[in-house]
Parts: sequence; structure tokens; C-alpha cells
Amino acid sequence: MQRHFDQELDLLKQKLLVMASYAEDAVGNAVKALSERDDQLARAVIKADDSLDTLEVELDEFCISLLALHAPIASDLRLITIAMKITHDLERVGDEATTIARRVIELNAEPQLKNYVDIPRMAVLALAMLKDSLDAFVNRHPMKAREVVPRDKQVDELNRQIHRELVSYMVESPSTMTRGLNLMVISKSLERIADHAANIAEEVVYLYEGSDIRHIKKSPSKPTVY
Amino acid sequence: MAEITTARMASDLVSSSMAPKTKEVINLDQLSLFYGTSQALKDISLKIRENVVTAFIGPSGCGKSTLLRCLNRMNDLIDNVRIEGTCEIGNQNIYGPDVDVVELRKRVGMVFQKSNPFPKSIYENIAFALRLHGVKKKNELDDVIERSLRQAALWEEVKDRLHSSGLGLSGGQQQRLCIARAVAIQPEILLMDEPASALDPLATAKIEELVMDLKKDYTIVIVTHNMQQAARVSDYTAFFYLGRLIEYDTTLKVFTNPSHKQTEDYVTGRFG
Repeated sequence: MQRHFDQELDLLKQKLLVMASYAEDAVGNAVKALSERDDQLARAVIKADDSLDTLEVELDEFCISLLALHAPIASDLRLITIAMKITHDLERVGDEATTIARRVIELNAEPQLKNYVDIPRMAVLALAMLKDSLDAFVNRHPMKAREVVPRDKQVDELNRQIHRELVSYMVESPSTMTRGLNLMVISKSLERIADHAANIAEEVVYLYEGSDIRHIKKSPSKPTVY
Repeated sequence: MAEITTARMASDLVSSSMAPKTKEVINLDQLSLFYGTSQALKDISLKIRENVVTAFIGPSGCGKSTLLRCLNRMNDLIDNVRIEGTCEIGNQNIYGPDVDVVELRKRVGMVFQKSNPFPKSIYENIAFALRLHGVKKKNELDDVIERSLRQAALWEEVKDRLHSSGLGLSGGQQQRLCIARAVAIQPEILLMDEPASALDPLATAKIEELVMDLKKDYTIVIVTHNMQQAARVSDYTAFFYLGRLIEYDTTLKVFTNPSHKQTEDYVTGRFG
């Protein structure tokens, strides 16, 4: 029996995907603004963040209404609770894109420090993680979501590498300090975007398998009881 | 400035749980009802919208069923009942001197807690009311009966045994037969007095889905003891306590952030 509630859940998924497309666009455009030294595009990214904020509030309200009116259980309950987490992650992704855009505007005021190689690579990896975790969500594909999580390590490694490189620039020539720090912030933002993508992937696994794969390695063995 | 365009617009995606602001078709003003000297309804003023589901909730004895029965003058059948104030349906005072109660009940159909099919065939259960209202031709009857059974989501289950007894159906099917019977004469308003309280969860879910489908064509007022049912099926909710209307708002508001403490206590199960 097709339930009216299923239409509401479909709507929730559609709204989430709209929000995801805004977040993906924001990151893509922020990185494009960096590599093409495009101030106007950077400003447009900052402006577009309002839509993501509005969507976060709207989606949260919608989830709360579904919880209050339908008292969902089992997979319905998991969908609504992870939707609330995914909206939060996507809103943070938007914030990171805004941070990148702000730094791009500052960077564009000075000559380019160096050719950007690793930062665009990081952006490609982070965006692919975001896209794959959302695809796993849409296509009910928890295995694909599981594969996203370890890819975060590559992005972390690139971030460390970029930091080392920028530090060497700054040590060599203190006049590169401002640009070096701005690029470090951008690199860190991309690293955070990959973290959010990994979070979304973990949430998708929880949605479809019901198992929580967060912090599995980090959690200590059973606490000792005295 | 460069424009960022995203193909799909979020504002196009509107939930059906957002209560629509349709026209107000039922208008109660200062309605009071007395059984002898005891007052069961106290100054109820309430406007009910068209093509939405309005739920009446409240603890036993709060007056919700009594109020529902005021809307098609079912209380006329009880001795010693006195009504003050006005109850208008589509701008007609239904307690006015020139009102034909039979005509009124044709406009305002009712489904009861206990399914009450006639001891006749499924076909005849619906044909009976239609013949009473002047439909005589067989093909016309057949058409309306099929349409009504489809509207009540019962057609597929009974189309091969239309001439077997209505009493042979399960409880949930009997209740849907009663709904088919009520919609056959195309009322404007459908009153439902705890239509699913005697049914199992699956049959209840079917009735609830049906209620949500039917609001396209009818204005529905439903009395229910089941709070979650009110939350799931209705657009607007009215909470009654000791014969008074305490709160009337969108169902979303009543179930997420009610204005009155009594409502909050009731919907959260702290009393009642």
C-alpha cells in the first residue's frame, strides 16, 4: 500500500538533493574563483550561501513536522533523523565554500603566489566524495557510501602536504605570509568539506544498513568497571 | 555580478502537510448545547475550511462527538436537547425554521464508529440510498456504485462479489462500504465519528489513507481518540475540554507548539 507519508518522505529526499546541489555548486564555484582569480564569482558564492542557510532551516522544520505528525519508526525514523544531520553537514559545506570565497578575494588583491596544483586536486577529491555519498543516498547504495569514508585520508594527506609547502614559502620569504596563510585556510576548508562528505557517507550507511560505523576504530575497548 | 543558477528551485517543493487556507464552509458562532439542564457544549465558535480534514480531539465527555452530531442535526433525535447560537453551513443556518433535515443530511454525510451496513448485498447497500434519491436506471446505478466503491478504495476487493451480503465483509471492509454509501450521494461534507477505532492497525491505516484521498472531493470532519491519527490525517485540529473549545489551529501547530497548556498536556499524554 502506497502511503501518503511516502510522498512526504520523497519530498524530503528531493529537498535534500536540492540543498546538496546548492552546496556542490558553492564548492565548485569557490574553487573556480580561486583558479581563475574571479572576484565576482567569489562574491556570488558568498551571496548564494543565504539560500543554503534558508534551506537548512526549512528542512529542519519539515523534519520536525514529520516527526511530530507521523511518529515514524524503523527506516522512516532513520531517514528523517539522518536528513537532519545531512542538512547540517551541507550547511557547513556551504560555510566552508564561503570561507574559501572570502580568502579568494583577499588573494586576488596580490599577485598569485604560485601555480595551484594540489588545491584543485583536493577540491576534485572532496567534491567527488560529496557527490558519491549523495549518489549512495539516492541510489540506496550503502556499499558505495562505505567506500567514500576511507578516501578522506587522501584529502588529509594533501592538506598536510600543502601546509608543509606553504610553510617553506613563508620561511623563505616573509612577504608571502598573507597569501600563504590564506591558502592554508582554503586548504583546511577543503579538508573540512571532505570530512563532511565522509560524515554524510556514514549517515547513509546508517540509513540503509541500520549500523553505526562512526568512530569504530577510535572507540576504546570496553571501559573497565571498578 | 556573476549569477549562480541552480536548475531546481527549492520553493517548488511544497509539503502536503502544510494546511491549505481554503474557503470557510462551516461557521459555528457561540454554539451551546444542553441535555436537559446540563450543558454539554459551551459557546463554541469555530470556522471549518473546505476540502481539508479537521480533527476534533479531547478526552471522553469533552463534547467532540456532540458537536460533530450538531453539524447534521443528529442531536434532534435525542429528547431534551436544546441548542443556542448558530451553526451555518455554506451561509445557511441549519437550525433555521425552513431547513429540511433530510436535505441537510444529504449534504452532510456521516460515518459512525461501528460499521453499520444494511443486511443486504454490497450492491444494494449503496443502491438503496441512490434509489431513495431518485436514481432508478440500472446503468446509472452501476456507474455510481462503481465510482463510490472506487472512492472508498474497496472496488478491487469486492468487484467480483457485488451481490453477496455486505455483512460477509471484514470489519475494515464494512467500514469502507459505509464510506462508499456515504459518498454515493455526493455530500459536501463528510462527518466521521471515530471511523477506525474498532479496526485493526492495517484496516485503520487503509481508512486513514482513504480519508486523505477523499479530502480532494469532500470537506471532512473527524472525531478521534487516537492522537496520532489526528496528527497523521488532519490539516486542522480542534481540542475540546469540558464542553469548551480550548484551541483550534493547524495540526502542525497543535502537535509541535500548542498555544495552551491544556492542549500540550493532552497531546503529550500527560492527562486525558
